[in-house]
Amino acid sequence: MNLYVPIVVLGALALLFAVGSVIMGSFTGPKRWNRARLEAYECGIEPTPQPVGGGRFPVKYYLTAMLFIVFDIEIIFLYPWAVAFDHMGLFGLVEMVLFIVTVLIAYAYVWRRGGLEWD
Amino acid sequence: MTPVYMAAGDIPTPHIEYGRLAPVLIVLGAACVGVLVEALAPRAQRYGLQVLVSVVGLVAAFAWTIALGIGDQPHHVAAMGAVGVDGPTLFIQGTILVLALMSMLLIAERRHEDSPFTAQASTVPGSPEERESLVAGLVQTEIYPLVLFAVGGMLIFPAANDLLTMFVALEVMSLPLYLLCGLARRRRLLSQEAAVKYFLLGAFSSAFFLYGTAMLYGFAGSVRLSEIAAAISKQGGDEPLLLAGVALLSVGLLFKMGAAPFQAWKPDVYQGAPTALTALMASCTLVAAVGGVLRVFYVGLETLRWDWRPMMWAVAILTMLVGAIVAITQTDVKRMLAYSSIAHGGFLLTGVIATNKAGLSSTLFYLAAYGFTTVGAFAVITMVRDAGGEAGHLSRWAGLGKRQPLVAGTFAFFLLAFAGIPLTSGFTGKFAVFQAAMAGGAMPLVIVGVVSSAIAAFFYVRVIVLMFFSEPLADGPTVSFSPATATAVAVGAFVTLVLGVIPAPALHLAQSAANQLFVR
Repeated sequence: MNLYVPIVVLGALALLFAVGSVIMGSFTGPKRWNRARLEAYECGIEPTPQPVGGGRFPVKYYLTAMLFIVFDIEIIFLYPWAVAFDHMGLFGLVEMVLFIVTVLIAYAYVWRRGGLEWD
Repeated sequence: MTPVYMAAGDIPTPHIEYGRLAPVLIVLGAACVGVLVEALAPRAQRYGLQVLVSVVGLVAAFAWTIALGIGDQPHHVAAMGAVGVDGPTLFIQGTILVLALMSMLLIAERRHEDSPFTAQASTVPGSPEERESLVAGLVQTEIYPLVLFAVGGMLIFPAANDLLTMFVALEVMSLPLYLLCGLARRRRLLSQEAAVKYFLLGAFSSAFFLYGTAMLYGFAGSVRLSEIAAAISKQGGDEPLLLAGVALLSVGLLFKMGAAPFQAWKPDVYQGAPTALTALMASCTLVAAVGGVLRVFYVGLETLRWDWRPMMWAVAILTMLVGAIVAITQTDVKRMLAYSSIAHGGFLLTGVIATNKAGLSSTLFYLAAYGFTTVGAFAVITMVRDAGGEAGHLSRWAGLGKRQPLVAGTFAFFLLAFAGIPLTSGFTGKFAVFQAAMAGGAMPLVIVGVVSSAIAAFFYVRVIVLMFFSEPLADGPTVSFSPATATAVAVGAFVTLVLGVIPAPALHLAQSAANQLFVR
């Protein structure tokens, strides 16, 4: 039973943080009622009704998001490898270098082709 | 309180047989080099470098595949059993690499500095930006690494010995293709529509594949095909989890093949995509997809064959009939070949259903024969051009045989091969597949196959009649020759003829490749 206590604690903390943030926000946040506030919330792009005749939404947000995910996944693999580095030996090192090189190739492409410039 | 984490013992290091995986690694490595070329090389040099990297990568991978094939009898699993390196797989991989090389000739084609791909994919069709990019002579050289990534996925797909590796291969192969479909230079809206349709339906079918994988994992406790086979023979085949898993997995696999009732994407995508890419999809992707189907049904579900055979019978019959009958009403030449490709998928399935060595070897032969004919036929389509690009509508082809007898004659030869007329590879392939199906006790299937071949022959011959026996149009399409495309056509026609006239060496090669079946 004791084994599950950390999980319960983690769940409780997560719940506390989520509920706490919402309540805190409603107390401390400024309340300005304008048009932007009433629009549907969409992350990074214009809300759905696009202009007639095909509007275009900026793609730079997706580029950044995609890059974030690439590096996020890199970290997810790096962490357990770093913890178990001693046990994996040379093989682990070589494989991880190969993995990082692959991610770096994608990074080099995005960087050289101007994917990191916001404007 | 006991610590929740365990002290890590020695983790057994996995071993990876780089030598046996080299064909795949070379292609994917070339793709990475291609991305670096995009990043670092000046714009003017990119095209030449990309073509060089692609061709060298594909040739090197093919040479290595041959070396693996003629070395010791290949029958190994590599990368901790995730990938099988065996006779049938090497045959399929070699076929994919040669066909990819031929398609590369079409993809790299530049008619009067005019690539088959869009100048800048991000411009809105018909916008001033599009015109600017055309005038500036921009080219989207990213297509080469994308094609190489797709080919890399196609090489892993039929070799994958567990369902998760197979799923990753499926995505690696599909995602670049979705993108490439939308990059046609002409008729861009149609091309983008094709890309969106392919992507949505493909994502949907991937979900089916994954769901089936999860069910089979629930049944067998492993995603490895050999373990699934072992679990079936131990626990019997009546588990609902198993049957549901097989059904869902089949949907995912048959979708990639374009078998009815999952064929709806094929005509739209084949028509909308740049023809050079259609050639790649109709040959290499079909070979890879059928290779995956063969491995799953021959290795993983072989012991369950009495359960899946009725389902596959229905699918094969439906596929042959839908492909052959709906093709009759088509007026666009690429759409017609798409339905023809659906019908050929049905013929291939009769070989899969046979589940014996003859079935495997004849399917392998059929795949190679059909692939060469297909790339050749699509290459001819890229040559017959109007002012606005390729002459897609069949009525534009009227009387072509009188003005361009050589081109029209070659196309007629390819169509006869599709129809399965003797002295072409199509006849040998169909004969071998139907013979294997008959030996496997699928006589009704063979009858449906022969009937739908006869139906299909009607619309192939109709095109030939149109080309040779009707009056040429006054403003008919012109034929644009170029060395690269002409090479692809010539190779396609040569192989189609050789496999039809002296098929014995190739049949023998397929038989010796299939001799050991797939490694478990």
